Amino acid sequence: MTVQHNLEPLLVTRGLSRRFGGLRAVDGVDFTLMPGEIRAVIGPNGAGKTTFVGMVCGRIARSDGAVLFDGQDISDLPAHRRARLGIAYTFQITSIYPNLSVYDNVALPVQRTAREPRAIRAAVMAALEKVGLDGRAAMPAGQLAYGHQRLLEVAMGLALKPRLLILDEPTQGLSDAEIEDFIVLVRDIARTATVLLIEHNMPLVMQLADRITVFEAGRILAEGTPEQIRANAAVQAAYLGTEAGAEP
Amino acid sequence: MAFGPHLLLALLEGLVSAAVLSLTALGLSLVFGVMRVVNVAHGEFFMLGAVLAWAVANALGGHPAAGFFAALVVAPLIVGAIAWLSERLVLSRLNYDPESTIVATIGLLYIIQQLALTFYGPEARPVTPPFTWRLSLPWFGYSAYKLSIVLFSALLLVATWLVLTRTKAGLIMRATQYDSETAQAFGIPVGRVYAGVFALGAMLAALAAVLIVPISQAHYLMGHDPLLLSFIVVIIGGLGSLRGTVVAAVLIGVSDGVISMFFSPTLAKMIATLAVALALVFRPQGLFGATAR
Amino acid sequence: MSGEHKPAKAYALHLAVLALLFALNFLLPAYHHGLLARIMVLAVFAMGYNLLFGYAGLLSLGHAMFFAAGMYGAGLSVLHFGFAVPLAFLAGIACGALLALVVGLLALRTSGVAFMIVTMMFAQVFALSLIYFAGFTGGDQGLVIPQPARLFGVGSATIDLTDPAVRYMAALALFAVALLVTLHLVRSRHGRVLVAIRENEERTRMLGYDTFANKLAVTVVSGAISAAAGAAFALLFGYVGANFAGVQYSILPLLWVLLGGAATTLGPLLGTLVIYVITDTASSFTSAWLLIVGIVLILLVLFFPKGVLGTLRARWLGWLP
Repeated sequence: MTVQHNLEPLLVTRGLSRRFGGLRAVDGVDFTLMPGEIRAVIGPNGAGKTTFVGMVCGRIARSDGAVLFDGQDISDLPAHRRARLGIAYTFQITSIYPNLSVYDNVALPVQRTAREPRAIRAAVMAALEKVGLDGRAAMPAGQLAYGHQRLLEVAMGLALKPRLLILDEPTQGLSDAEIEDFIVLVRDIARTATVLLIEHNMPLVMQLADRITVFEAGRILAEGTPEQIRANAAVQAAYLGTEAGAEP
Repeated sequence: MAFGPHLLLALLEGLVSAAVLSLTALGLSLVFGVMRVVNVAHGEFFMLGAVLAWAVANALGGHPAAGFFAALVVAPLIVGAIAWLSERLVLSRLNYDPESTIVATIGLLYIIQQLALTFYGPEARPVTPPFTWRLSLPWFGYSAYKLSIVLFSALLLVATWLVLTRTKAGLIMRATQYDSETAQAFGIPVGRVYAGVFALGAMLAALAAVLIVPISQAHYLMGHDPLLLSFIVVIIGGLGSLRGTVVAAVLIGVSDGVISMFFSPTLAKMIATLAVALALVFRPQGLFGATAR
Repeated sequence: MSGEHKPAKAYALHLAVLALLFALNFLLPAYHHGLLARIMVLAVFAMGYNLLFGYAGLLSLGHAMFFAAGMYGAGLSVLHFGFAVPLAFLAGIACGALLALVVGLLALRTSGVAFMIVTMMFAQVFALSLIYFAGFTGGDQGLVIPQPARLFGVGSATIDLTDPAVRYMAALALFAVALLVTLHLVRSRHGRVLVAIRENEERTRMLGYDTFANKLAVTVVSGAISAAAGAAFALLFGYVGANFAGVQYSILPLLWVLLGGAATTLGPLLGTLVIYVITDTASSFTSAWLLIVGIVLILLVLFFPKGVLGTLRARWLGWLP
């Protein structure tokens, strides 16, 4: 799905800020996301990326500013209401239900929209098939390999049928082969949802993203297409130049 | 008696209970502050102190003062030993998980209480005060022993504060309270510190009970009220804050004494408990405590 | 959670248990007959507690207030307002549900240790108020509900709750309803959400669930079931007393559920049965039977945190609900 510029933006933040005591973790961020985009958010550790998306999905309270989703001001909505509006978030540190089966993990988001046991079963298996975990439905989720747990998180996010899927460092801990599969998966997801992706893996970002937003010290340093960002001297100085294994 | 002197009497009575309460509550506060453990059996350590005081005084006979002062030393030591054992045998094995520890201390409560019932019996028995001088005020005579309780408690509180802030042991305790993982990394034997703190908390409660038992009597169910009141004090004063504990103890002890004298004790307890429950719901950090990390 | 697999097996087991209890009405000698009736009613209380503690993961130390609210709601409406038995029973449940709603709205703003303390304190206030308003409630002494008040008519028949056989059947009926309701609830979508909240509340919130509303709902249901047990106790055994509001009756359901197995449907019955039998036997030769309660609690929490059925389910019978 290509970026559709003629539509209204899906997500807008205006002056969004978060302070922790004297520390400005996120400092007056103006951000716009169009429907259908795959947007990558990159930046050094501590730049405020997770805090920023945390304020978008409602996990973290804002200190200042506004969040608008599909034209609606959701700044004061609690997280569960935002999830119902179509914002899904996968955690940076895996947050699944380790003691429940893989099936039950996905059944929870599925049963938000499906009621009949048969419909639930169908939707769960479909979501698991998409990430390749359908063979392990009965396993306790805590026994999955780490990489598969991350995929389970993605499946749970997908099962919500979101309009905006926020992926927070989803490929951390995945092998190269798994990352390849992941790229295919994200392209598939992007056919029906908008994807906001926090990532440290630069080759992945360059391959996948339509646009990239660079965070530094709580502010947006630069924004643009992968080529524009690669060529941006400030970004290189702040981040890309020090990134080990970055493509030339 | 006119209202003024009546109020003065109520205040004095409140001060005495505040003194005993501050020692008891301090024991509870230390244990929660350092170990993050809610010890529901704390009231039973209090009761044990009183019961053992009777046992010691009874065994010694002779001058009441001798029995009393012997009890003042022996009872807390025995209670401390029991507490130390409980910590090593039970609490440390649970890794101080909040829910399991509460359940375990509930079990401990019943064991101690019922053993007291079995060996001490259901009767309430008095202990003779070490001296019976009375202070003659213009409106009424007041027991000098009661006033000495206030004095002695104040001294003990100051001593505890000094130990906590000026000695190495106190520093180790505060370090463990602040960050037990780092403390362990620095070679502090956290397990032994916990056992020690748990014993210390129990000893403070036992000491408070020995002080109060010449005025009230030793009974196997007497741990219930001190437990409830200590909880109230610790929550209002803020967990882990010595200053908060003392201030809250004075507040609660005095107001409980005054309200109980002029109104029904049941009503006083109802109001106090409800106020504290609501405080915990709306302002969990209490008066002086820091917001939970 | 084993909701998906072998529902027939689960239902068959539960029906078998109920059939056994039914048969025992005709087989047990008089003393044990009355004892089992009492145990079944208390097991309903335990099941109500289990919903909140086992499934939702909220440890309340104040459930005695819901049991007592049901007991006094039923008993006082019979004694002071002349309610008939069925209406009194409903009044008891309503009192418990209402109290649970109020307490839940306040206490659920806290969690963990604070939740335990807050529930314990609210229960204390309730117990103290029963003493304070002794004129109305009978205070420490309690009130007896006389036999004539415990009859009621259904069509042309009169049901006399003082008759041991009738009492046993009424207790069994209540137990059966509570058991099957609990079984259905924990296997449903709502049951799954409860467990999810227990396992990872933040995640559940991020999946679109209003966790506060869910916790409040289960608190009200738990309170209503506990109150139903209390109301039944008053009507079946003819007595309301303030000791049932005491902290002991908040600890006992915790003990029963821990022993039988938290988050199992049949655990509460098993735990109540075992503890009641042990303490009934013990109290015939010592007044310190609470000592056994203390020892069992410590042993359970040290060595058997999953309880009997919980351990069975973890090791061998994974399908046990």
